[in-house]
Amino acid sequence: MDKTTLMATIKEVVQPYTKNPEALATLNEDTDFIRDLKINSANLVDVVLDVEEKFNIVIDNDSMEKMINVRAAMEVVENKLAAS
Amino acid sequence: MNRVVITGLGVVSPNGAGIPAFTEAIRQGVSGIRYDPQLEALDFSCRIAGTPEVTEAMKLQYFDPLELKGFNSGAVLYGVMAGMEAWQAAGLPAGAAVQQPDWDSGVIFGTGSSGVDKMREAIYRVDELQVRRLGSTVISQTMTSSISAWLGGKLGLGNQVTTNSSACTTGAESVLMAYERIRAGKARRMLAGSTTDGGAYVWAGFDAMKVCTFKNNDRPAAGSRPMSASASGFVPGAGAGALVVESLESALERNAPIYAEIAGGHINSGGQRNEGSMTAPNSEAVQRCIREAVRDAGMHPDEIDVINGHLTATSKDATEVVNWSQALNRSGEQFPYVNALKCMIGHCLSAAGSIELVAAVLQLQQGFLFPNINTEDLHPEIAAIVPREKIPQQLVQKDLQVIAKASFGFGDVNACVILKKYKP
Repeated sequence: MDKTTLMATIKEVVQPYTKNPEALATLNEDTDFIRDLKINSANLVDVVLDVEEKFNIVIDNDSMEKMINVRAAMEVVENKLAAS
Repeated sequence: MNRVVITGLGVVSPNGAGIPAFTEAIRQGVSGIRYDPQLEALDFSCRIAGTPEVTEAMKLQYFDPLELKGFNSGAVLYGVMAGMEAWQAAGLPAGAAVQQPDWDSGVIFGTGSSGVDKMREAIYRVDELQVRRLGSTVISQTMTSSISAWLGGKLGLGNQVTTNSSACTTGAESVLMAYERIRAGKARRMLAGSTTDGGAYVWAGFDAMKVCTFKNNDRPAAGSRPMSASASGFVPGAGAGALVVESLESALERNAPIYAEIAGGHINSGGQRNEGSMTAPNSEAVQRCIREAVRDAGMHPDEIDVINGHLTATSKDATEVVNWSQALNRSGEQFPYVNALKCMIGHCLSAAGSIELVAAVLQLQQGFLFPNINTEDLHPEIAAIVPREKIPQQLVQKDLQVIAKASFGFGDVNACVILKKYKP
């Protein structure tokens, strides 16, 4: 999967949780889920579950902890897809 | 308004059931956290927990064999044991010795859930088209108010009999509700406290939220680490704590043992505004709650000797310490001692506040600071405010006058109780 498609898919996943539409519109690799998108920290696990569903992967606890911004989320997904 | 004192204590804690065992455990820094094979079998991330050890013989001290038939409610079990222990310690009658309702005595005993395992049994039966096989025991064990109903019956209480529920503030809230009722002259004695079921079906939702630690499965006793740099989430627990709250006048008339005085307290909410949310506290509300509690007690913040914190072992511990520091306007050498009981028993959810209050009352009565185990690597943001010696790692014998106990819960709710040593 190319990076543009991957980022677009992640954008789609976080959309329902984001409280800041402006930051969503300009989403890039540096976008932080909590600081920029204003996602409630309790919802981060729901984002991870939706990512799992979208890409048909399973994300372990340690990887889950890292998924706090778009770049980290993309890396985790790429690694899991490569390993599957 | 009436002065209000505490005349009885009871507890069922992961590190000790009954006041003598619990007192010894907290003085010695004994952890009640153990590896839980069921959590591993069910593929939980966190596989350690604080589950009280209750023997059949202990159950039979408080329940008759008929009551134990088809019995499967941890909340009722722990709550009845702790509640009756407290009532009897206060020298008050129970069971058949009470012939008529005691109109001056009531109970406010909180819980977050009651009889989840019993409800699970019932759901399976219902889905198997066996509703008629449920028998008579489901409702009495699964009502949210089951615990106050059981205690009210066993003790013959004729005043208010109710259950409060406010997540992890439940225990502290129950004590303050009892305190207010007695202060206002609407009852002379209230059994206050809180309880919770434990086990996989109660803790699952927390495990899924990743608020429980999954990094300490191989070292249970070191797994609950409030205030430490390596805190990585709470360890789930269960149990109950109970306190007999009584007007000073009634206590003196009865010549009852007086463990401590409730000097004041406050309950509020951050309204889930600013940084407050369903799961996160609004710091302005936390600070306000502490300040109002101190004011209600008619005290100056400098009079507080010890903070018995909420301190769950998540990333919010440092925020809590900052909030105490701002609310009391104290830091460095001027900061009070800090105790976090969760280091030994984990987070007993709706029972946390009452078990921790029982510990705080014992500390005032007997003059000691229990060791804060698992704090050897103090979180740097906490170390910047509180000197190491104010967070003792060993038992300290010390005469204490005032302890402030706070609990915070989901829903952005707060409660703070100010306890002081009783002086005639």
